[in-house]
Amino acid sequence: MSAEAHYTRYHPQWYRRRVSVWWWLQSWRYTKFVLRELTSVFVAFFAVITLWQLRALVDGPQAYTQFVRGLKSSPLVAVHGVAFLFVLFHSISWFHLAPKAMVMRLRGKRVPDWVIVGLNYFAWLIASGTIAWLLLRG
Amino acid sequence: MGSREKLPPTVTLAVTRYRPEEESEPTLQTYEAPYRKDWVVLDALNYIKDKVDGSLSFRWSCRMGVCGSCGMMVNGEPKLTCAAFLSDYLPGPIRVEPLQFFPIVRDLVVDMTDFLHKLKKVKPWVVREEERPLSEGEYRQTPEQLDIYKQFSMCINCMLCYAACPIYGLEPGFVGPAAIALAQRYNLDSRDIGAQERLDILSGKDGIWECTFVGECTKVCPKNVDPAGAIQQYKLTGAAHWFKSVLLPWGRK
Ligand code: SF4
Ligand code: FES
Repeated sequence: MSAEAHYTRYHPQWYRRRVSVWWWLQSWRYTKFVLRELTSVFVAFFAVITLWQLRALVDGPQAYTQFVRGLKSSPLVAVHGVAFLFVLFHSISWFHLAPKAMVMRLRGKRVPDWVIVGLNYFAWLIASGTIAWLLLRG
Repeated sequence: MGSREKLPPTVTLAVTRYRPEEESEPTLQTYEAPYRKDWVVLDALNYIKDKVDGSLSFRWSCRMGVCGSCGMMVNGEPKLTCAAFLSDYLPGPIRVEPLQFFPIVRDLVVDMTDFLHKLKKVKPWVVREEERPLSEGEYRQTPEQLDIYKQFSMCINCMLCYAACPIYGLEPGFVGPAAIALAQRYNLDSRDIGAQERLDILSGKDGIWECTFVGECTKVCPKNVDPAGAIQQYKLTGAAHWFKSVLLPWGRK
């Protein structure tokens, strides 16, 4: 309902507060939420880098060595460090939110939240382990 | 924990006043109220209204967390004032303001038309094609069937979740936490067949997809309804439904 009421003797005059652009600084919990949303920029950043890396790989060994050399420049390493922290924050906060969205029932009982969070960590561990194994073997 | 003798004799409350016939903007007024260990903010407000300033307006009824009418911002957080103990806000002053994001009618009283309107839109009742005749007896449910929606049925319409939701502040059209939780309460009820009718509102422009999962609604809810959970769960249902209707020709209904 957005009809504006006008003040008459029998109709109250409402006062509406405008939400400030800085609403997310009003409490730490809102700030944390906005930070969490911002982390997706860094997730996208990693996705783009990976695509780029694939393209370099397709372009042949020379292009790839050049790409890898580019990655070693110190500003890029710093950016990666920051991005990594944000992505870590992103994953952890979403793992902990997962049980809210996923209600699983086993024999009529709701599966407790920690189990669902635990399963997420477990899957993460397995995925990271597999990748580490693929990269580091031999 | 301060020892008994050290308890302050009074506590200061900074309360929002808004008298539309006198002023164009809300102002803050401070009052002193006696401090008692077992007093809640609502007790202090009632003391003020009774003994200090009879013109102060606010809503309340049950003073036991059931009616949902005493919601206000206490030190910036949405609270049922009948459940907010003065002792948790010492030494004060305690800021008491009307629920955020709602238009203020007077002092601590907000206009809740918007919420009631939205609530009605999601059809918060058991929808049936046809009522069974009384002679056939009641509609039975197993404890498991009850358990699936029970949490969402605990809502007392206090609107604290709306006052906690920045999305509602920024997009006043958003159907909002409690209305969606209540829609889900009926969707999950084994006696109800209205899920399809609610889908249009819930997955429409002002529905679940406005929600970015801030999660504050669940934190402030005095009845553990978990509206944020209801919305995320509904997103899964909504998405599954959309996929079905777009990808499978026979999935369209
Ligand atoms: S969901 Fe909780 S906070 Fe929201 S109106 Fe219902 S009881 Fe109040
Ligand atoms: S007065 Fe009824 S909930 Fe507080």
